[in-house]
Amino acid sequence: MNHLPLIIKREYFTKVRNKAFIIMTFLSPLIMIALFSVVAYLSQLNNNKQKNISVLDYTNEIKTVFQDTKTIKYTVLDNLTLEQAKAIVEAQESYGLLYIKDFKPTTGSMPIEAKKNVDVEFYSAETPSLEIITGLENKIEQRLKELNLKSKGVDIATLKNAETNITINQENFTGEKTSKADSLVKLIFGGAAGYLLFMFIIIYGNMIMRSVIEEKTSRIIEVIISSVKPIQLMLGKIIGTTLAGITQFAIWILLGSILMVIASLIFDIDFTQINTPQQDLMTQAMQNPDSNTDAQLFISAFFNMPLANLIIAFILFFISGYLLYSSLYAAIGAAVDNETDTQQFMLPIIMPLILAVYVGGFTVVGDPHGTVATIFSFVPFTSPVVMLMRIPFGVPIWQQILSLLILIGTFIFTIWLASKIYRVGILMYGKKPTYKELLKWIRY
Amino acid sequence: MSILLEAQSVSKTFGDFTALNNVSIAVEKGSIFGLLGPNGAGKTTLIRIINQITMPDTGKVFLDGEPLQRQHIQNIGYLPEERGLYKTMKVGEQALYLAQLKGLDKAEAKKRLLMWFERLEIGDWWNKKIQELSKGMAQKIQFVVTVLHEPKLLIFDEPFSGFDPINADIIKNEILRLREEGATVIFSTHRMESVEELCDHIALINKSNKILDGNLNAIKRQYKTNTFEVGMNTDNIPMLERLLSEKFTTSPADFKTLDNGLKLNIKLSESESANQLLSYLTSKGEVSHFVELIPSASDIFIQAVKNN
Repeated sequence: MNHLPLIIKREYFTKVRNKAFIIMTFLSPLIMIALFSVVAYLSQLNNNKQKNISVLDYTNEIKTVFQDTKTIKYTVLDNLTLEQAKAIVEAQESYGLLYIKDFKPTTGSMPIEAKKNVDVEFYSAETPSLEIITGLENKIEQRLKELNLKSKGVDIATLKNAETNITINQENFTGEKTSKADSLVKLIFGGAAGYLLFMFIIIYGNMIMRSVIEEKTSRIIEVIISSVKPIQLMLGKIIGTTLAGITQFAIWILLGSILMVIASLIFDIDFTQINTPQQDLMTQAMQNPDSNTDAQLFISAFFNMPLANLIIAFILFFISGYLLYSSLYAAIGAAVDNETDTQQFMLPIIMPLILAVYVGGFTVVGDPHGTVATIFSFVPFTSPVVMLMRIPFGVPIWQQILSLLILIGTFIFTIWLASKIYRVGILMYGKKPTYKELLKWIRY
Repeated sequence: MSILLEAQSVSKTFGDFTALNNVSIAVEKGSIFGLLGPNGAGKTTLIRIINQITMPDTGKVFLDGEPLQRQHIQNIGYLPEERGLYKTMKVGEQALYLAQLKGLDKAEAKKRLLMWFERLEIGDWWNKKIQELSKGMAQKIQFVVTVLHEPKLLIFDEPFSGFDPINADIIKNEILRLREEGATVIFSTHRMESVEELCDHIALINKSNKILDGNLNAIKRQYKTNTFEVGMNTDNIPMLERLLSEKFTTSPADFKTLDNGLKLNIKLSESESANQLLSYLTSKGEVSHFVELIPSASDIFIQAVKNN
């Protein structure tokens, strides 16, 4: 008799109706959005504040480059000694004082060290931010370059006219057009897919483990397995918990997006203003700041991805990868009596997962088809995460199928292994098993 | 009477540990079969094999003449010693789930549950969570769930633990009633007084071997030592005592009487009968007490395990 649907139904409904689960489901997006809003609001506040920087330029050649920006206001001081200037700046509580003492135009082919022919100092109450110092340095360097060129008789206007800006049109051998935005979009999608799987395994794997332990501690397990096969119970638990997890994830995404829209409307917060590493990458990739074409580029980049392949692969790798890990979580749950005893068995599960995320995060970004990324996209315990990150960059179908077959083979093996441990473990009480004992159980 | 359940030379080892060594039992239809033994003897392993939770290494089990198969689970009701319920689930919901796992459809399960809940006067528990109930209350639910699908074979492992005497009595009567209705019961317990009350047949397992098996009365007959507890009133107690101890094997006895007469246990040989003893005694004085000593299940248990 097949009791699987019945078990799945019970697992699903007891999870979904659990008070803690409901609270988590509806509170988490609220908390997340609230946090995001605070961060966005604060970073806006931070950006809006203009900093005062005073400039004392003895050369009289450089000060013209200091134009006020949204974040920095420059005050040029004239006819003052350094000491006087310092006193004024300190009294005004300005951010700092830039002091340019002297400058000599370069001559001939001087070595690089000798080219540092300008004496500049910055005085401030606190250590100035790296961003501001780099900005000032860039400005002065640019100006000095111009002055040097001028002293050699080069016309700056002609030079500026000669400057060009090009974009390389990328196209692969099958004729699809790509752009720099493509790599970025692929990175974001691959990363999101891999990270989602990682999160899903950690959260719901633990939930499965706890639910197995609960059956052991409440001693209902023997009643249940006198009616159903242990493997059916285990699979029912895994599937039921997974469905509850998918429900929770779906609600999170839905609620999250609705709340995001509401929050941005009410508080007038632009969520794209939050500085994230991805955004830095995005601005790096987009040197040409024309926002209209940006959007178009991203949309076309999105459709340039092998979407059908991406979706199918996502579903298959997600399910297989998740089942692989969740069966191990179930086995751990069966082996121990309470949650504190699970620690020793968690490490071998968490390690490959973290490894997968690191490999995905570092090597796939650098070289999606490099040796390391390719190998780890075949190793079963890392392949779901790494392969999902690689696929947007275009992985040959045979590689995907081979990796999936290895993964499915491994997951059938771990389910078998887990069911052996599960079968014996659920009836064992009292002592914390060792790895040696687990091996013995498999042979029973 | 026909045999409902038969285990033939069942053995099971876990690694180096032998849990059952060549154990055979046969349970007659409509009987209450006591499966006895000290802790760790292998009773639970045998019960788990009958429930197909564990597979035997060697040996076969037959239910109603057929080799035990998966679908026989519906014909067996099992109340394990280590038993519990989902703490956060409601009583009714949970009972329905467990009944459905045994193959009952939902409507039928509900009908029977309501009947049982009424019979045990627990009808108003339907929407309570298990964690709100006491241990004894939860045990009642477990009992109902075990018998709900009206199995041919009922297996109770320590069914009375956790019950107060009143509820234990209710459950005992329910077990007897189920037997009247045609169920066969395997009953595993350490409480020997309930074995005396309920069991027709017992098997004793010690250190993974079966050391005793048979009808309870037959076993008692086998274990009785032909000893009689005798109380006599006479003027000269020491003289009568000497006389009796010369003629029979005697030992001091201890039982409650109203007067201070002679109290002795007298063991007869195979050739002597109770009537002979009685007529001899009446010729020597007034017999105030004359009882054959029948070994209790507890005595048999202890003696069998010690001798093993």
